[in-house]
Formats: sequence, C-alpha cells, structure tokens
Amino acid sequence: MSNDMRAQPSDVVRPRNVGASIKRTEDLRLLTGRGEYSADRKPDRPLHIAFLRSGQPHALIARIDTAVAQASPGVVAVFTAESISGDFKPVIPFSRMANYYATPIMPLASGKVRYVGEAVAAVIATSRYLAEDALELIEVDYEPLGALSRAELAVADDAALLHEEAGTNVLIAREFRKGDVAGDLEAAVVRVGGRFEMTRKAPLAMEPRSYTAEYEKRRDAITLYTSSNIPGIVRDAISESLGLPGHRLRVVAPDVGGSFGSKGSLYPEELLICIAARKLGRSLKWTADRLEDVSSSSQAFAEIVEAEMGFDANGVATSLQADVIGDVGAYSIYPWTCGLEPVQVVSFLPGPYKIGSYRGSVRGVATCKPPTGPYRGVGRPMSTFVAERLMDLGAKALGLDPLEVRRRNLVRPEDFPYRIASGIIWDKTGFLECLDAAAEAANYEQLRIQQADARNHGRLLGIGIASYAELTGIGSRIAVAPGMPINTGSETAKITIDSTGAITAAFGVASHGQGLETTLAQIVADDLGARFEDVRVIQGDSDEVPMSTGTYASRSAVLGGGAAKHASRILQEKIKRVSSHLLEANQDDIEVSEGKAVVLGTDRAVTFKQIAKAVYSDMKTLPVEAREELTATYTYDPINGTTAAATHIAAVEIDPATCFVRILKYVVAEDCGRIINPMIVDGQVHGGVAQGIGAALFEELVYDDDGQLLSASLVDYVIPSAPEVPVVDVVHIESESAVAGGFRGMGEGGTIGAPAAIANAIADALSPLDIEVSILPMTPERIFKLMEQARLKSRGKADE
Amino acid sequence: MTATVSVTVNGTKYDESDVEPRLLLSDFLRETLGLTGTHVGCEHGVCGACTVLVNGDSVRSCLMLAVQANGAEITTVEGLGTPDVLNELQAQFREHHGLQCGFCTPGMLITGEDLLRKYPLATDDEIREGLSGNLCRCTGYQNIVAAIRSAAAMRAEKTS
Repeated sequence: MSNDMRAQPSDVVRPRNVGASIKRTEDLRLLTGRGEYSADRKPDRPLHIAFLRSGQPHALIARIDTAVAQASPGVVAVFTAESISGDFKPVIPFSRMANYYATPIMPLASGKVRYVGEAVAAVIATSRYLAEDALELIEVDYEPLGALSRAELAVADDAALLHEEAGTNVLIAREFRKGDVAGDLEAAVVRVGGRFEMTRKAPLAMEPRSYTAEYEKRRDAITLYTSSNIPGIVRDAISESLGLPGHRLRVVAPDVGGSFGSKGSLYPEELLICIAARKLGRSLKWTADRLEDVSSSSQAFAEIVEAEMGFDANGVATSLQADVIGDVGAYSIYPWTCGLEPVQVVSFLPGPYKIGSYRGSVRGVATCKPPTGPYRGVGRPMSTFVAERLMDLGAKALGLDPLEVRRRNLVRPEDFPYRIASGIIWDKTGFLECLDAAAEAANYEQLRIQQADARNHGRLLGIGIASYAELTGIGSRIAVAPGMPINTGSETAKITIDSTGAITAAFGVASHGQGLETTLAQIVADDLGARFEDVRVIQGDSDEVPMSTGTYASRSAVLGGGAAKHASRILQEKIKRVSSHLLEANQDDIEVSEGKAVVLGTDRAVTFKQIAKAVYSDMKTLPVEAREELTATYTYDPINGTTAAATHIAAVEIDPATCFVRILKYVVAEDCGRIINPMIVDGQVHGGVAQGIGAALFEELVYDDDGQLLSASLVDYVIPSAPEVPVVDVVHIESESAVAGGFRGMGEGGTIGAPAAIANAIADALSPLDIEVSILPMTPERIFKLMEQARLKSRGKADE
Repeated sequence: MTATVSVTVNGTKYDESDVEPRLLLSDFLRETLGLTGTHVGCEHGVCGACTVLVNGDSVRSCLMLAVQANGAEITTVEGLGTPDVLNELQAQFREHHGLQCGFCTPGMLITGEDLLRKYPLATDDEIREGLSGNLCRCTGYQNIVAAIRSAAAMRAEKTS
C-alpha cells in the first residue's frame, strides 16, 4: 500500500454524541434547587399583581368601583379596562381562513365578561397577600346575559351572541373534500359510524403560569420572564401592542415547568404585566394559583365528531366522512386562532390510512369557557380516537382481527410520499413497521390467548391498538395553524467561539422539559467537532436571535437541530481556514474534532482556545484577511416538514365491582427517525402516554349549564399519579427522514396514541356485554352506567 | 400582629421577625429566605411539589404556616447535594432521567428521601404507592420509580 495516501477522516472511530443517551446538562441545576423559573426571579422590590376574575359566565359590566381597594394597605394601583385603554392596541389573532372571526385579545375584560375566570381588574400591591386582600374590596355590578354553555346549543339561530360583532357564535367553519364520499359509502359492503366525544381537558403543567416583568428605568425597557414556550411570539406581539421596539422588550423563558400547550399562546396577563410595569415604572410579579391556572389557561379537546367509514369486502376502507363541532370557548387565541384544535381534527382524520374518499367538516363554536388552544397532539388525539374506533368497529363487522384491518389499510412503503385528503403529505415513514414491531413487542397473539382464557373465567380483559401519523418539524410552506400570518417554518442557530475559546450556541427554541440544552449541544458537538461538555446552549431568549417563535408542534429537534447542523458546519469551515494558517497545512488535511483542529495523520494540532487567541487577541500570528470572526448563523427551513408515526397497544382489565380500568401492558413502537438521545426520547414517550392515560380514564373539566367550572382543584380534576401509570415498553423504528440530520419530531406522539388505544382496549374488554366506547374519559362512573344499561338491555331481551 | 420564627434550614439557623401568622411555610422559604428550590404547584396540598422535611418527616409546605415551623429543623432540596456532589438519590434521578421540566423534582426528591429512610421499598408497587402524593406531568413516573428503586438498592447494599 502506498504510504503517501491521504489519511481519511476518522468519522467511524470518533465517538458520536448524536445517538447516545447522554446525561442531561439541565439536570445539575434542576436537581439541586438551582433552577430558575419565572416565579424565582428576584427583581429589586417588586410589586405583586392579583387579578379579580369574573364569577359570571356572560354578563355586561355595568360598574366597577375600585376606590376602597385603592385605599387598602399596600395597594399601589388598581387597573381596569378603562384605566389602561390608552396603553395598548388589542392583539388580533388574524388568519386568512375564510369563515373565521378573530376575537380581539384584551388584557382585562372590556364591556362584558365571557367566561368564569376572565380577568376583570388587576390589583398591584407590595405583596401578593395584600393584593389578594384588596381583591375582595372591588365592587363589580354585572348584568347577566345568560350562559352559553354547550356548543350544540350555541349554534342555534336564536342563541345569544357571545361576540355581537361576529354575528354568529360559529367563529370558524371549514370543510375538506376528496372524491365521491356519498357514492363510495353507498357502495360500501360494511358501514360503521358513531358519535364520538372527547370532553374538555386541562393541559395542566405542574408549574402554574407565571410572569415577572423587570422594568429598567434607564431605557424605559422591560425584560419579561415568562413561563412560555413561545417567547419570540410573545415578544413580537407585545412589542406591537405596546409600541415598544424589540430592543426595549426582551422576553425570556427561563426554566419552564412544562407546558403541553398551556403556555403556548399569548396571554392577557402577559400584556397586562408589561403595561403595568411601564405605567408604574416598577418591576412586577404574578404567578397563577392552581384555580386561576386551571380556569384561565387554554384548554383542550371539547369536540364531538359524527363520523362514518365504509369498507369494501376485502376490508379496505374506501370512504370516510365526519362532522366536527368544537367547543372553542370564549376567545380565539393568539397566534394560533380558535381553528387550531378543531380544524386539525378534520385535517388529520384519515390518519396513516389510504382512504379513497373523504369529507370532513368542522365548526368551532364560541361558548362561555376559557379558550381552547394547543394541547400536546393538537387535533390528533381526537382524530386518532375516532379513526381507530372506526377501524375496530369495521374489523368487528368484517370479522377481521384489529391488527389485520390496519395492515390492510395503512399506507404502504411503495405509496410514499402519500397525500391525504386534507392535503397533508406523509413522507416515507415506518407505518407498517411500527404496527408489526408493536405487535411483536406486545406478544399480540399470546395476549389474545390470555384474553380468551380470562373471558372464560368471566374477567373483562381487553386489547386495544392505535396507529397514527403526525406532521412534525413543519417548514414555511405549511402554516402550523391554518391561515396564520406569522412564520413558524424556520429556526435560527447562532454559534460563536469567543476570545476565551468558549462555545456558545444560541437558539430561539424554548425548552420546557424536553432537554434541548442537551440534545442541541449533542448535535453541535458532533457537527462542529467540539466536546459535548464545552458547548453551552442558550435558548428561550428573544435577545439571542433576531427572530424566533419557540418550541411547539414537535419542531425543535427538526428545525433547531437542522439549524445547529448547518451553523456548526459553517463555523467548522472557518476553523479549518484559520487553522490551516496556524498549522501550515492544507484545509482539506485538517480535521476538527474534540475541540481541536488536527492535521490528519500527524500530532500537529491547535485547540479552539489557541485558534480564538490567534483570531481575536494575538495580532501577530494571522494575516489580517485570515482573522475571521468565529461565529456562524444559519436559519433553517425544512420547507415541508416530516412525518412521525407509531402504533400503541394496550391491554387492560376492568374490575366489574369498581369499574376501575387497570392497564396490564402498554407497548409503543414509534418512528421518530434518527434518534438524538434515546434516553430523552423514551422519557417523552413515557410522559406522553401517561397524559394520554389521563385523557382516556380520568381528566375532565366539567362545566355546568351555568358555565361554572366544577372540577377546578386537583382533587376534582384528577391526573394520573404513579400507581395508575403502567410501565411503558418503547420500541424504536429509526427510519431516517429527509430533513437535515434525518430527525423527526416526537414529543407529542404519546398523547396522540394512548387515548385511542385504551378506548379500543376498553371496548374490547366490554365487547361480551355489547358496549361501545364513544366518549372519553371512560371514568369508572361512565363504565358503571354503560354496564348497568347493558344489563338492563340484556334482561329486557331475556324477558321477551 | 407578627411573630418571630426561628428555624434551622439545611443546617443554617434563621431568626426572622415580623412574620405574619398567615404566611405559608412555602412562601416563607421562597420569599423570606430566598430558597426558591421549593416549588409551589397547587397551594392546596395535592401536587406535592412543595414537599420539605420538617423534623425528618415530609410535609407540604403550602399546608403549613411558617409560625408552626418555629423551632423546627427543615430540609429543602437545596440541603441535599450540590451540582458538584449530587447526593445518592439526585445522582440516580440524573442517571435514570427521572426529571424533565424539573418542577415537581424537588418534591419528588424530598419525598424519595423520606421513603428511603422509612420503608424498605422492596417492590415497585411500594415505591409507586409512596409517590402517589406527588404529581409529575412529564415523566410518566417510570424513570422516577427506576431512580428510587436504584437508590433503595444502593442503600440496602450499604446497610447489609
């Protein structure tokens, strides 16, 4: 062999960070009480806000008297809509969608209140205790206008209007069509259908919403620390509303204690705290208590779907139609609009299946409840619940196993890219591979044998399957929310090596538990050629990149990761150019690895620190034209986005005495493309499934006919605790996507698949009693009632 | 009317005068003493995020008044380990990815410490039962259970 052959880059032997279960950077501070959440900020002598919230669902505000409250100990100011009317412009959740009315967002209710929990006045005092004391001293006279508590009633012609200017309570209406649905249903051998409902739900992050506005007198500037996952969007919206340029309004999402969507919209309180900080020239703090958080943060689901699916004799689904009514609450939210959740139900209803014809229509109806907004999975928990119930109903009618009916209908490898009726395109993803892997991991055939045995002993054991696909890492060609004018399709990375040789990678994404400080550093370390522990990731700070939106819609690994890869490579090229001078070697012979530039096949190397010194400080080592600033910025746009998919299989047993559902086995086989950190991916799946279990079995915001929330405490609003959540087995199908790095977004999937899989398992368990599952959550009370009805019915039959 | 509260928190003695009788222990720790590691998640005693050890027993600091803690020895998450030297349970939480957003974590750790000192924690069911008063919305509990299981095994090994 020739020994003058150029040495090859050592890609193969170098330890890679991407793909490894690297321990999280965030953990050291979060485990030792050194994290900093918005409520932990300690500005100089801050004032505290407490909000007076409406106890009326729908009423004119006839009079507000704040005089006594103003004079109360410690009170600095009391604000109402009237007293701040000149300090802001309303924020309009605009959309190009037809048949949509954008309700303006105001910091405090103006003229009338539209839901119980809406902020009417704000007391600002020297302590939160004193601010809350003064709330009781505000007098408000209301003229009740009658609650609109049910979407089905609010659409009636004679219903009172929540927003008179809209002329209707239907704030959004839309329809998707493909093919001849009526004809195909007519021709179908088997038609199945039903009325499906997922009740209203709270995302319920453990950290309540919390804001600290720090006022800087010197520049009349504000830094808003916000428990938000969209700090960039919040910055831009408040900047516009308050007429404050971006360099005088910095919005930081520090450590954020979960969101799941509830911290993913602009909130009236974020506007109010900034308005008040400027008016008073003081720093201010507000943290929701749990009641406020549950009754004023954006909520989820609240949809009723009438759906029908037709199959041919081979068990192939030929047609699907659905009419969705979404109870969107009192206001359209910014920036996503009230169309976000219900429209996505019809957008995603055909799911991962090849269905010939489709018609999906949706109406989003205003009611006297807090707005619905993004919740982990957005639309897809509902669409998957409906589609997967229909698949099981179809399988039953056709005499097919639920696994087999899915195998016959999933989009096959040769069909990708596949365009579903609503226009969404699935790129090549392991739909069938997930189905098969889940069945294998669950030992599906064995489970069916166990089930038969259990049934022989009178036990109610059921198995449920759910397959779904979701669109993740959405680029600029598709709006995350329909018709929305802001760009959510790109993300910027700015990577810098400073004069000390330290590496800082800044992003606009905003982690709220996903571990982006770790995963983005893994990518930068690999693509720049640095040591993982030397990379500091900054995110969630509007001052760090010119434009950003945040972390939502399973975008950050794809968009942030793609930006990180590109920026890292640009910076690495600079490092090579500079070090080629320092090492007197050809650029192509230099490899950058572990924080050093090395001449391949030699021991000649310079560290990043030495390179930084040469560029910035030591003016003798480099020619002037070679002193390139060691920084690179790249804005990545995946244009379309990429698909992620999974199959969930659940086995449950229902105790006939308590009607409590116990989950015996839970398996997820998912395809999130190339995995950056398997430990973090597994954690996301576990947590998502736990939330899906909550949606399937426990969680329900109950509003009565007077618009009062009956389940506002954590005693009444039950989320799963450790004993209710099973061990989740996770299988990964790593089919690389076409986006930079081959990643796919995956943070939402658990919540999408679990409600449907558990619903199907419950239906399967109860099938000997001829019970259908069409509403979630299936609480013990609901199961009890269904079983009682079934008993009465079978007794009736026996009596005939 | 105000009172003086004398407490020892994480080994440091504090004498705070002018404490309002209605001040919650959670607010006293966070606002008066600046120990913001203890988190407040519900203020009605359900979520467990604000759990601290008072005289060796786990207590919800949102359900206790600061004046009731007068004379007590309190341990908060800041009293466990440091980023350089995590204590055993903290290290297991990191090893097993027992935290995501970190908001419930201080309460989980303090409850975990209490459980580890008092119970054998021989089965996962026992661990899950012990954690049933602490809510987590991110992890699905699986890795928290794994972290405590592992810490229990390590302690059992040490004492055997």
